[in-house]
Amino acid sequence: MALINTLLEVNHLSISFGGLRAVDDLNLSIKKGELYGLIGPNGAGKTTAFNLLTGVYKPNEGIIRLDGKNITGLKTIEINKAGIARTFQNIRLFKDLTVLDNVKVGLHNLYSYSTLSAVLRLPSYRKVEKQMDKRAMELLEVFGLAESAHLKASQLPYGKQRKLEIARALATEPKLLLLDEPAAGMNPQETQELMSTITFIRDKFNLTILLIEHDMKLVAGICERLTVLNFGRVLAEGSTSEVLKNPEVITAYLGE
Amino acid sequence: MKELFKKNKDTLITLGIVTGAYIVIEILLKAGALSSLFKGLLVPLCAYIILAVSLNLTVGILGELSLGHAGFMCIGAFTSAFFSKITVGVINPGWLRFVFAILIGFFFAGLFGFLIGMPVLRLKGDYLAIVTLAFGEIIKNIINVLYIGRDSKGLHFSIKDSVSLGLEEDGQMLINGAQGITGTPKDSTFTAGFILIMITLVIILNFIKSREGRAVMAIRDNVIAAESVGINVTKYKLLAFSLSAALAGVAGVLYSHNLNSLMATTKNFGYNMSIMILVFVVLGGIGSIRGSVISAIILTLLPELLRGLSTYRMLIYAIVLIAMMLFNWAPSARAFRERMVAKLPFFKKKSAEKEV
Repeated sequence: MALINTLLEVNHLSISFGGLRAVDDLNLSIKKGELYGLIGPNGAGKTTAFNLLTGVYKPNEGIIRLDGKNITGLKTIEINKAGIARTFQNIRLFKDLTVLDNVKVGLHNLYSYSTLSAVLRLPSYRKVEKQMDKRAMELLEVFGLAESAHLKASQLPYGKQRKLEIARALATEPKLLLLDEPAAGMNPQETQELMSTITFIRDKFNLTILLIEHDMKLVAGICERLTVLNFGRVLAEGSTSEVLKNPEVITAYLGE
Repeated sequence: MKELFKKNKDTLITLGIVTGAYIVIEILLKAGALSSLFKGLLVPLCAYIILAVSLNLTVGILGELSLGHAGFMCIGAFTSAFFSKITVGVINPGWLRFVFAILIGFFFAGLFGFLIGMPVLRLKGDYLAIVTLAFGEIIKNIINVLYIGRDSKGLHFSIKDSVSLGLEEDGQMLINGAQGITGTPKDSTFTAGFILIMITLVIILNFIKSREGRAVMAIRDNVIAAESVGINVTKYKLLAFSLSAALAGVAGVLYSHNLNSLMATTKNFGYNMSIMILVFVVLGGIGSIRGSVISAIILTLLPELLRGLSTYRMLIYAIVLIAMMLFNWAPSARAFRERMVAKLPFFKKKSAEKEV
C-alpha cells in the first residue's frame, strides 16, 4: 500500500540488454514535492532508469506507479500525459524552431483547435494561439529566456539551451520532472544559478524533481534524498548527507 | 490590423508575388504578346508549382524524402478525369463539375497518401525514398493496365484488355489501359490554376504556423524529444504526408483537365516527374515555400525560353541548376547576398529589427 503522499513508486524494476542487466531490481519511492537525486558512476544505469520511467524502454520486470496509477509499459506520450516530463543528457531541442515555438510544442496537448480553423484562420485559432503565446512567454520569463523568444533554438548559448529544455518540459505541466545531468557542461557560476532555478521552479510549479547529476556540489546543495546506482544495482539510498558519508559510496563513486 | 500584417508578412509576400506574376501574365495574354507555346505551358506550370509546394511539406517540413509524389498526382489526375468524363452533361454548369473533380482528386490522392503512408512512414531517409519511388511506379503501372468501360448494363472492369470487358456495341470505353482517358473536358484554365495555387499556399502556410504544423516540425527536428512532450508522432507524420499527397492530387486534376488524352507515362507520372519536382524543392530551398514557387517557375520556363539554342538547351539548363544551387546555398554566396540586401533601403529596417 503506497503512502498517500508518495508520487513515484518503483518496485523491482529490471531490464536486460543481451546478457547485461542494465538496471537490476531498482526500487524508488519519491514523495510529493521532493528533490531527489539519482547518482552513480558512468554506465551505472541512471539514464536507462530514466528511459524506463518515460517509456522509451519497456522493463523486463517491475512496476512503476505514478500517483498510485500503474504506468508500467505505457508509451512515452501516454506517460507524458500521465504527468512525467524530462530533459536529456545530450540536449534535444527542436533546433530549427524558435525558442517560443519550442515551448509551444510543449503546450501541444493542453490547447486545441481544429485543423480547419488553423487553415482558415478562424477566431478560435487566433484566440488559442494568443493564449499559448502568453503561457509560453510566462515560462520563458521564469528562465530568463523571454528576450531570446524569437531566436532559433540552435542560436542559443549552451547554458540557455539547457534551460529551454526544462522550460519545454514544464510546459506539459508535469507532476514529476526528470532532469538528466542538467549541469553538464556548465561553469560554476551557471551551476549556482541553475541550482536556485531548480528549487525555484519546484516551489512555483508544485513539482517533484528527480535528477541525475555528476556535479557533487549541486547534488549536495539541493537534493534532499539520494539513490546511488552501481552496475545497475542500488548501492545505497537515504538522505543526502548520510549517503555521501557512506564508505561504500565513497569507494565506488567518489574515489578513495 | 498592423499587427496582423506583421505577423503574416511572409505569407502575404509569397501570395503577393504569385498574384503579381498572375497579373503580369494576364496582361501579356490580353496584349497577345505570348507565343502559343508559352500559353500551352501556363496550366502545367500552375500544376508544377502546386506539386513543388506540396512536396516541400513532406521534404522540408516533415523532413522525409519522398520520390513518389508524381504517383499521388497520377491518382488525382485519373480519378478526377474519370469523374469528369462520366458526369459531362450530367452536372452543369462546367465549373461546378470541375469543383467536384478537384475535391475528388484531393480526396482520393489524400486517401492513398494515408494508406501508403501507414506502412511506409515507419522507414526513414533513403529507405523511405526508395519505397515511395516504388509505390509511385506501382500506381502508374496499375493505371496502365486498367480497363473500364460503360454500356447499358453499367460499368465493366478489367485488368487484361479492352475485349475482355465484353462491352455492348454501343458501349463506351472510359479508361483504355495504356491509352488512358481520352476526351476529358478541358476545364483547366490559367485562372483556375492561379486560384488553386493561392488555395494551396494558404493551406500550407497556415498549416505550418499552426499547432499541428509545429508538431510536424518538432518531429522533423527531434523525434525522441517530440514524443517526450506528448506529440503523437505517427499521427502527425501521416497528417502531413496525406495532406501533401492530397494537394499533389489537386495538381493532378489541373494537369489532367488540360489534356485531351491522358496517359500515365514515365514522363508525366513516373519517377522522372517525381525527381523533377524534387529538384524544384531542393533548388528553391528545402522548407522554403516561396523558394519552391520561384524555382518551379524558372525551371519550367527556362527550357522553353532556351528552345532557340536547340542542342545546347539542356547543357545550359544544367549549368543554371548548378549556378542556382551555389547562389542559394554556398556560404560565401549567402554572405554576399546578405550584405547586398542590407544595403537596400527597404530591408534596412528589417535587419535592424532582427538584432533587437
